[in-house]
Amino acid sequence: MKKWLVPVIVIAVIVFAIYNWAVGFNNTAVTYQADAKTSWSNVESSYQRRNDLIGNLVKTVQGAAEFEKSTLTDVINARAKATSVNIDAGNLTPEKMAQFQQAQTGLSGALSKLLVSVERYPELKANKNFLELQSQLEGTENRINVARDRFNEKVNIYDIHTTKFPGKLLASLFGFEEMSRYKANPGSENAPDVNFDFNKKQ
Amino acid sequence: MQNKISLKSLFFSNKFLFFIAFILSNTLFSQGYKIPVKPNFQTSIYDYVGLLASSEKSTLEQKLIRYSDTTSTQIVIAIISSTEGENINYLAANWGEKWGIGDADKDNGVLILLARDDRKIAIQVGKGVEFLLTDFLSKRIIERVIIPEFKRGSYYKGLDLGASYIFRTLQGEFKGTRIETKEGFNTGKLFFIIAFIIIFILIFKGNKNDDGPNRRFRKRTLAANILEAIILSNAGRGSRGGSFGGGFGGSSSGGFGGGFGGGSFGGGGASGGW
Repeated sequence: MKKWLVPVIVIAVIVFAIYNWAVGFNNTAVTYQADAKTSWSNVESSYQRRNDLIGNLVKTVQGAAEFEKSTLTDVINARAKATSVNIDAGNLTPEKMAQFQQAQTGLSGALSKLLVSVERYPELKANKNFLELQSQLEGTENRINVARDRFNEKVNIYDIHTTKFPGKLLASLFGFEEMSRYKANPGSENAPDVNFDFNKKQ
Repeated sequence: MQNKISLKSLFFSNKFLFFIAFILSNTLFSQGYKIPVKPNFQTSIYDYVGLLASSEKSTLEQKLIRYSDTTSTQIVIAIISSTEGENINYLAANWGEKWGIGDADKDNGVLILLARDDRKIAIQVGKGVEFLLTDFLSKRIIERVIIPEFKRGSYYKGLDLGASYIFRTLQGEFKGTRIETKEGFNTGKLFFIIAFIIIFILIFKGNKNDDGPNRRFRKRTLAANILEAIILSNAGRGSRGGSFGGGFGGSSSGGFGGGFGGGSFGGGGASGGW
């Protein structure tokens, strides 16, 4: 009786320890993943905020009579494209994120073009609505940056947790995949900034 | 002789190049200004470059602390020389988040970051204040109130008036009373109390465990060393404060009651240059 009892106890203890470890790992990973997803929705809502502002901006600019149509249509099209790309936070594949990012980058480009061409319309620049929108856009660009950064931080925490040995073994067992970060736009280092300091630049 | 000199100059220029390369690589890798660690003494003004005269600084500091006492809204002014290439809005948002300015539930912190040599200023507002102190209003306060005063040459007046306008914008939205952490809250005092507890424990442990007089002696010196380190580090802090012109610890105000509350910043606000 004594002979088989000892190994059984030892095995039971080991099994219990492994079970505890696995449960702890799993729950932490779930928490980290949920945090990352939440911060992704913050990224999306910052972009959404920008889209909404652009709607108002377009209306305001349209009001200024002879404003060049082509620039405006570009912005409208880019906005439509950007709003059509939506990602479910639960399904953050690298391809989808790249798609989302591409659409948003297109919008950023069109927007900066619009804001530069506005320079030629003094009555628009003096428009109170326009000024307000400008400062809000500036703030929103900053919000986007902050949100993207925090998303990357959260993903980083999650990725470290799920890829470090020995957690990695469990991660593949439970199906925790590596999440991808929000990457810098390709070539964004040479792209013109959306710059609102018109008085300074020119 | 000439050969020697040229060798020497080569040596120096090499060293110089190395130095430059070091600095460049440093700025390249650090990517902008590094936000200081959250200070122990949490008050309303952190003037890292000595921009304000000490009397101006303490007047403004008191004003902001009083405002925080009645409204729980913490407005912090940080003055640095340069953001080192970082976008000032972005830096200020991360700064406010890192220090946790404002109440954790209300998220009602405001950080005014001034970069003297960049000639830029940013107002970043906590998430709970964004709907009042909007990006547009922040921008207006900067452009119409603060910058004209700066151009006239008074940083103090610009910041002081800017703070007043922020008060007016936030009028009556938040209420609160001063949070007293402990009777006469003072980081220095707290520090010493903790230090004495540690020393007491060390001495007590030493007495209990050791039989030989040699070991006890060693333990005592350890305790003495710790005490010495604490006194020295405190002295160091004092002198550093002095070099900032007034220093953090010099004022008897006690800073914000309860310190920074852990407010969160989402990037709302505006910036401007002069």
